[in-house]
Amino acid sequence: MSTVTVYLQGLSVLGPGMPDWSAAQPCLLGQQAHVAAAVVLPPAQALPATERRRVGAAVKLSMAVGLAAVADAAADAAQLPNIFSSTGGDCENCHSLLDVLASDERLISPTRFHNSVHNAPAGYWGIATGCTAASTSLCAYDATFAAGLLECATQALSGAQSCLLVSFDTAYPEPLYAQRPIPYPMGVGMVLSPQASAASKARLQLALTQEPATTMQDVGLEQLRLSIPSARSLPLLQLLASGQPGRVVIDYLDDCRLAIEVAA
Amino acid sequence: MQAIRLSAYTLTSALGSGLDAHLAALRQQRGGIVKKRWETVDFDVCIGEVAGLDDVQLRPALQHYDCRNNRLAQLALEQDGFVASVQAAVARHGAGRVGVFLGSSTSGILSSEQAYRQRDAQTGALPPGHRYRETHNAYSVADFVRQFFALSGPACVVSTACSSSAKVFGTAQRMLAAGLIDAAIVGGVDTLCLTTIYGFSSLQLVSPKPCRPFDGERDGISVGEGAAYALLERADLAQPGDILCTGIGESSDAYHMSSPHPQGLGARAAMEQALRMAGLQAADIGYINLHGTATPSNDAAEGAAVLSLFGEQTPCSSTKGHTGHTLGAAGGIEAVFSVLALREGLLPGGVGTQQVDAQLPCNYLLQTLEQPLQHVLSNSFGFGGSNCSLVFSRVDA
Repeated sequence: MSTVTVYLQGLSVLGPGMPDWSAAQPCLLGQQAHVAAAVVLPPAQALPATERRRVGAAVKLSMAVGLAAVADAAADAAQLPNIFSSTGGDCENCHSLLDVLASDERLISPTRFHNSVHNAPAGYWGIATGCTAASTSLCAYDATFAAGLLECATQALSGAQSCLLVSFDTAYPEPLYAQRPIPYPMGVGMVLSPQASAASKARLQLALTQEPATTMQDVGLEQLRLSIPSARSLPLLQLLASGQPGRVVIDYLDDCRLAIEVAA
Repeated sequence: MQAIRLSAYTLTSALGSGLDAHLAALRQQRGGIVKKRWETVDFDVCIGEVAGLDDVQLRPALQHYDCRNNRLAQLALEQDGFVASVQAAVARHGAGRVGVFLGSSTSGILSSEQAYRQRDAQTGALPPGHRYRETHNAYSVADFVRQFFALSGPACVVSTACSSSAKVFGTAQRMLAAGLIDAAIVGGVDTLCLTTIYGFSSLQLVSPKPCRPFDGERDGISVGEGAAYALLERADLAQPGDILCTGIGESSDAYHMSSPHPQGLGARAAMEQALRMAGLQAADIGYINLHGTATPSNDAAEGAAVLSLFGEQTPCSSTKGHTGHTLGAAGGIEAVFSVLALREGLLPGGVGTQQVDAQLPCNYLLQTLEQPLQHVLSNSFGFGGSNCSLVFSRVDA
């Protein structure tokens, strides 16, 4: 079976009851009760003021998670090829366009239209960081995290340089919320390198498998895992929080999951 | 980079379904853009519409995926023996070793546009038959194709606006190089919808006439729809005459959400990287299939980039005058046009363009030429400053 080996250089998380990685760790390890508190999204300070005013939750979330992962890796955001993976991109913006298109006037805003592309958060990331490297925006429905992780790892190997993964999901308002209920926004960021360095936090060996996914023992965390695509990463985050070697299986697609072997 | 072989390929657009219809249209320099009322759009608009989508019936087991985008996905799959080629690859490699990486910009959002018009007056709820996951979600078309072939390998949709289905060649190439898969279905599917027709109109980027790429009088795009697929495998068993993808260049403008960098710096970086990965010089490229959307700023930026890298001699044209701008499908469709150019020694003369912009003194072809080609470059650039250039090469006899 083919495996893909990469090294974790930086990690970030922003989700319900997980305002950052250091606050998330004791919850993931069961040392502290996890309370799924509302997520506070910081303004996208890295953007010029004119752009900052135009962006919603998806850009704020993805930028916060991306910047935190880059800072954790002590990397330069401008140099990192990046992968933005999300089930719906900017869902509020999409709803707003659909609402206007269903009205008599159909006077849609040009800004809303160019923000409607799935890669809008990645586009704003480039504007904010000045990164001109390759940027790929993915959708894989519930497989936001595993699809992004595979893309990021294969890109890092292929280009022989570190790459940034930003896995993030937000929710539509009603009426689409009823069909796609995502209870909280959540994002996970990782910087992956093809080579080990003194700063590497862990070695990750990825392989496709048909085994069932690892679940979370904590009922609340398991509920999150199942209801937010990016939270499918929780078993991996839990293992990383422990600092121990081990192996988890992450949900990916029907009949295809991602096994991840973690070593120091 | 490790080159990848295009074991099979097909496309469907306003020019027709399958390779023969497209070859004939290229030879005759026939375009498929017409001015009409479409769906509930309240003005006449020039569009590149695929004929017959209303009559396509999805396979019974896949009925829940029914929407315009997946109908086009299935119609296009069924051309040129592509289904049989994929089935043979699945038999060779196994269902878990074949990936599906497709590009789409708006997917089946038309379904949600229509559903929003039918919201319950009291509750605001969508009509009960609406299927967000299988129609509107960006992944739906890759999910549909994966189910169509009963595959169990990796899959995703790349959605980077108008570079989407060029970038999937990169995703597949990296997965093949990593040994995670042995074959991949790549391509793009994008269909007409209100979002893009009203959206590009709101940006004043839609021409009142069929689009005129690189023309001095160009004044905007014509929105089109289409689908293209290629079956990719490693190139180690390539035979003379086979077509390989030998270079993939990807870059970001980091400049503006809907305007390209004025000097085309991102475009140039993508082209340079594609050449470098292919181990080629600019002079080795015999034809460039331009992104060539026909908006004033896009063509100016791309023209500047092409001139700075290739000079004024390399033959080039945009096939968006033939098909309209098929957005998330454009990269895949133009990849297949590039493959046809290589295979047939056919350099497509542009459609719609009358007088090439004097400010863009590229060797823009106004007449179709027939001459042998060894290497072709295809450009795809999208909103958000997402750039991708692909190099395709013919294996020598």
